[in-house]
Amino acid sequence: MWELQLHPESASKIASSVDSLFLFLLVVSAFFTVLIVTLVIVFAIKYRRRPERKSVQIRGDLRLEILWTVIPLILSMVMFGWGAKLYMIQARAPADAEEVYVVGKQWMWKIQHLNGPREINELHVPVGRPVRLIMTSEDVIHDFYVPAFRTKMDVLPDTYTSMWFQATKTGRYHLFCAEYCGTGHSTMIGHVIVMEPHEYEDWLSGGVSGQSLAEAGEKLFTRLACHTCHGGKPTDRGPPLTGLVGSTVRLTGGRTVKANETYIRESILEPKKKVVEGYEPIMPTYKGQLSEEDLIKIIAYLKTKTKPEGKR
Amino acid sequence: MHTQTDGSALATNVAPQFDDAEQQARSAVLGMWVFLITEVLLIGTLFATFAVYRYRYAHEFEEASLELDVVLGTINTFVLLTSSFTVALGVYAAKHGKQKAIVANLVITLALGVVFLCVKGIEYYAKFHHHLVPGPEYHFPGTASPVGHQTELFFTFYFLMTGIHALHVIVGMAVLAWVLKLALARRFSPEYHTPVEVGGLYWHFVDIVWIWLFPILYLINRH
Amino acid sequence: MTTITTAEGDAARDLPAVVVDPDENYLNTSYTVKSWLLTHDHKRVAILYLLGITLFFFLGGAAAVLMRLELLTPQADLTSHETYNKLFTLHGVIMVFFFIIPAVPGVLGNFLLPIMLGARDVAFPRLNLLGWYLFMIGGCFAIAAMVAGGVDTGWTFYTPYSTTYSNTHVIATALGAFISGFASVLTGLNFLVTTHRMRAPGMKWFRMPLFVWSMYGTAIIMVLGTPVISITILLLAAERVLGLGIFDPARGGDPVLFQHLFWFYSHPAVYIMILPAMGIISELLAAFSRKRIFGYGFVAFSSLSIAFLGFLVWGHHMFVSSQSVYAGLIFSLLSFFVAIPSAIKVFNWTATLYKGSISYDAPMLYALGFIGLFLIGGLTGVFLSTLGIDVHVHDTYFVVAHFHYIAVGGTVMAFLGGLHYWWPKITGRLYPEVWARVAALTVYLGFNLTFFPQFILGYMGMPRRYHVYPPEFQVLHVLSTAGASILGAGYLIPMVYFIWSLWYGKKAGPNPWNAKGLEWQTKSPPITRNFEETPIVTEEAYAYAD
Repeated sequence: MWELQLHPESASKIASSVDSLFLFLLVVSAFFTVLIVTLVIVFAIKYRRRPERKSVQIRGDLRLEILWTVIPLILSMVMFGWGAKLYMIQARAPADAEEVYVVGKQWMWKIQHLNGPREINELHVPVGRPVRLIMTSEDVIHDFYVPAFRTKMDVLPDTYTSMWFQATKTGRYHLFCAEYCGTGHSTMIGHVIVMEPHEYEDWLSGGVSGQSLAEAGEKLFTRLACHTCHGGKPTDRGPPLTGLVGSTVRLTGGRTVKANETYIRESILEPKKKVVEGYEPIMPTYKGQLSEEDLIKIIAYLKTKTKPEGKR
Repeated sequence: MHTQTDGSALATNVAPQFDDAEQQARSAVLGMWVFLITEVLLIGTLFATFAVYRYRYAHEFEEASLELDVVLGTINTFVLLTSSFTVALGVYAAKHGKQKAIVANLVITLALGVVFLCVKGIEYYAKFHHHLVPGPEYHFPGTASPVGHQTELFFTFYFLMTGIHALHVIVGMAVLAWVLKLALARRFSPEYHTPVEVGGLYWHFVDIVWIWLFPILYLINRH
Repeated sequence: MTTITTAEGDAARDLPAVVVDPDENYLNTSYTVKSWLLTHDHKRVAILYLLGITLFFFLGGAAAVLMRLELLTPQADLTSHETYNKLFTLHGVIMVFFFIIPAVPGVLGNFLLPIMLGARDVAFPRLNLLGWYLFMIGGCFAIAAMVAGGVDTGWTFYTPYSTTYSNTHVIATALGAFISGFASVLTGLNFLVTTHRMRAPGMKWFRMPLFVWSMYGTAIIMVLGTPVISITILLLAAERVLGLGIFDPARGGDPVLFQHLFWFYSHPAVYIMILPAMGIISELLAAFSRKRIFGYGFVAFSSLSIAFLGFLVWGHHMFVSSQSVYAGLIFSLLSFFVAIPSAIKVFNWTATLYKGSISYDAPMLYALGFIGLFLIGGLTGVFLSTLGIDVHVHDTYFVVAHFHYIAVGGTVMAFLGGLHYWWPKITGRLYPEVWARVAALTVYLGFNLTFFPQFILGYMGMPRRYHVYPPEFQVLHVLSTAGASILGAGYLIPMVYFIWSLWYGKKAGPNPWNAKGLEWQTKSPPITRNFEETPIVTEEAYAYAD
């Protein structure tokens, strides 16, 4: 109990880089802290008031001012650059990252893997493979935080945010909600469980009967009769959806948008907000008929509808 | 106290913290300018928030804007512009000791302020009548979108911005009424007319805010 | 020596003859309640503010005590989740809006600014008094909300929790902050006009004490920033009452827009909190080293730079909010820039000690302690500006430790130092020096024990605003609570002896510290109009002789 740990386990690819950067800042800060505090103490003692010695009035020194402006500026820019580099890595998930959907709500995490398993407050992932979380909230703003991975991202209602990581060590790590969300905020916690790849495959398939997210999405797509307008024929009332996800869409009026998860969700819930060029604004809204999980299933299904040539 | 050549009384009561009348006058003017800068930030925040939604819900905002009465809005713009002119005339009159002109111009300015508020009242009543006041009774007649709350957002900003503006018009009128009271007691002279200057400054600001408000609320979709 | 002679203005104004009663001062001219509640005297307004902020400090502090007691154990013992959430909200709201923002400007700024400039009062004394009333009324709203059941949104009121989901007294609390915001604006307005228009003859801009420069920078922020939070609160209240959809995504609003609007004020607000404290430190270091401040011009301009740059960095509170990465990059870069002027101050302060003649009176102990604690607080701010690191420590105890190092290790220490330094001037009494040094050391040690472990807690991953926590964090929490009890004791000691000194403290002469500055040319306590004759300033600030 008295063993003092100063940082959590480093269990992701970026964690050690974050720790190194932190150490750099720590060393620089410690240097300046020790320097200033030592000078203050030394001066306070050496120049303590004595009747035989008067203070010396010194106006200033331009060279010193320049020195202690420029050096901190240079150090700052190094810190900025290094931190920005890590940030840009954290902002862009690799293209082959495995996608997992997360729905946060007061006060629990609901996690859906593409291939079926649903988890509550636990996230199983394989070691050594990038994982991208696509997250939304059912109510207020939450934040998905895994200290061992040194990464977090706010989880917002009515839109998707995402974050990615690549676990480097098997184990069981804390998962915290890190954006105050009401009464149960400090109980909205769980674990991320990192497994060896073969164990992960076993876990994915074992004990879970049923369909993948995409299969469930296809069932919904049919049940809600989406295909009657989005059948893929040029004469259909709605635009074709094959190869949609990730493409750039032209809207009425000439504006273009990227067809990401948020766009798909919005088009289902508020179809008149962004109408595709050449089509009428006649799609009905499905607000109230679909839960966040349902929306995720449909999105997962649409992601499998790639063009026959494999091009998006 | 001694009498000025134009017959007005010297009313230079210098408050104890000031060294002389000039310091007092310059402090009052600077104080009003600083206050107006805070008002710019106040209204600027509303403008910025409005701009975000104006861009995001461009279509609904344009449709909602068409429900505003551009004729009444234009009338009000001319009313306020004229009132700014008359209050400036009033300041000029005060600088030149023209007692009657100060009073006349202040009265006209106040009257125009009343006109502005009446026209505003007519507009607001019409909105209320047409169920365009945000809240449980809101109902937008157009076919903009079934998700009508974006037009309600436009009207939220409309009422907030013009409402806060109208509040400032009322305060401005109260200030100018007090200045008028002083003018009627012949308290102003070329040496002392700070309240007219400062009240005029405030009134100009109220006018300028309307000049910004009018196009962004009323004119965003007129052809 | 500053020569005090009659300025021509005095004769022209027919000021009453110099006070006949040599014992009369601003405190004893009248003892009636009415003379206090309707005062025009900036010095009495300062005392009124002192009473108000002390009340709020102990209220906010009580909430902190309860929180730290609860956090001794990983599970919930003292309170329910709801109550704990209300406690940290109360702590934040009271401390931010009703203690730390008004304290130095309202108390020391009000008392000293006119005197340091050689003026008889601020430009608009009645507005000054109005400001105090608005501050107290706002505080009453906040207390009423607390008594009626409290609010649990956190002092940051993030939407849509605060607009749609919280069942607590959000509007009453927000209204309290809204009303007291006007006090901020009026104070800032008064300080700006007073500094521009009412400097005594010979008091050129670059002869002003650095405390005035820092108050000037603070006033700029108060005047420009406060209206933005006023509108934001108004919009929040409107949404909550009318269900409008400005910030609630379920109705088409944008919750991140709230964060932008909120932080556009609340970041500059932290410079309202620290700039006045930095001004105090300049005064204390000069007085107790008997030296002019090294690099006066640089220190003066750094106050203005901080005021300006402070408006450009608000997005660093939102790196993981879903704002674009490009916004993140820009805000990070600018946040490094805003740190530089603060660093310049620290270096110049340290250089001031060189070849000084340093005494260890209590105010100086607070000032020396400030340098180290502000340095740590400021440097950890640099950690938070660094994007890769902030992603990890955002919304953890690392942030809590950072801002407490600045607000408590910085501002409160400086405020206490200034209160001790100017106590003889304000009250005409000396405080007991030995007890003061004991208190200063107690505060310093207690503070570090309370908040340093929180840096570690934060990097370990302990999130903020957590009522219960995993057991491995307990040791650090126990250390922190132990520190908090020492810190609390350290704050109670001055309360006791300051009050004691009012009746039993040794009477002070006009300049017990033998310091430079116009305030030390007046009686202790000063007469109502500060100076018997308007001073004419002929020398620079801190014109100590070699």
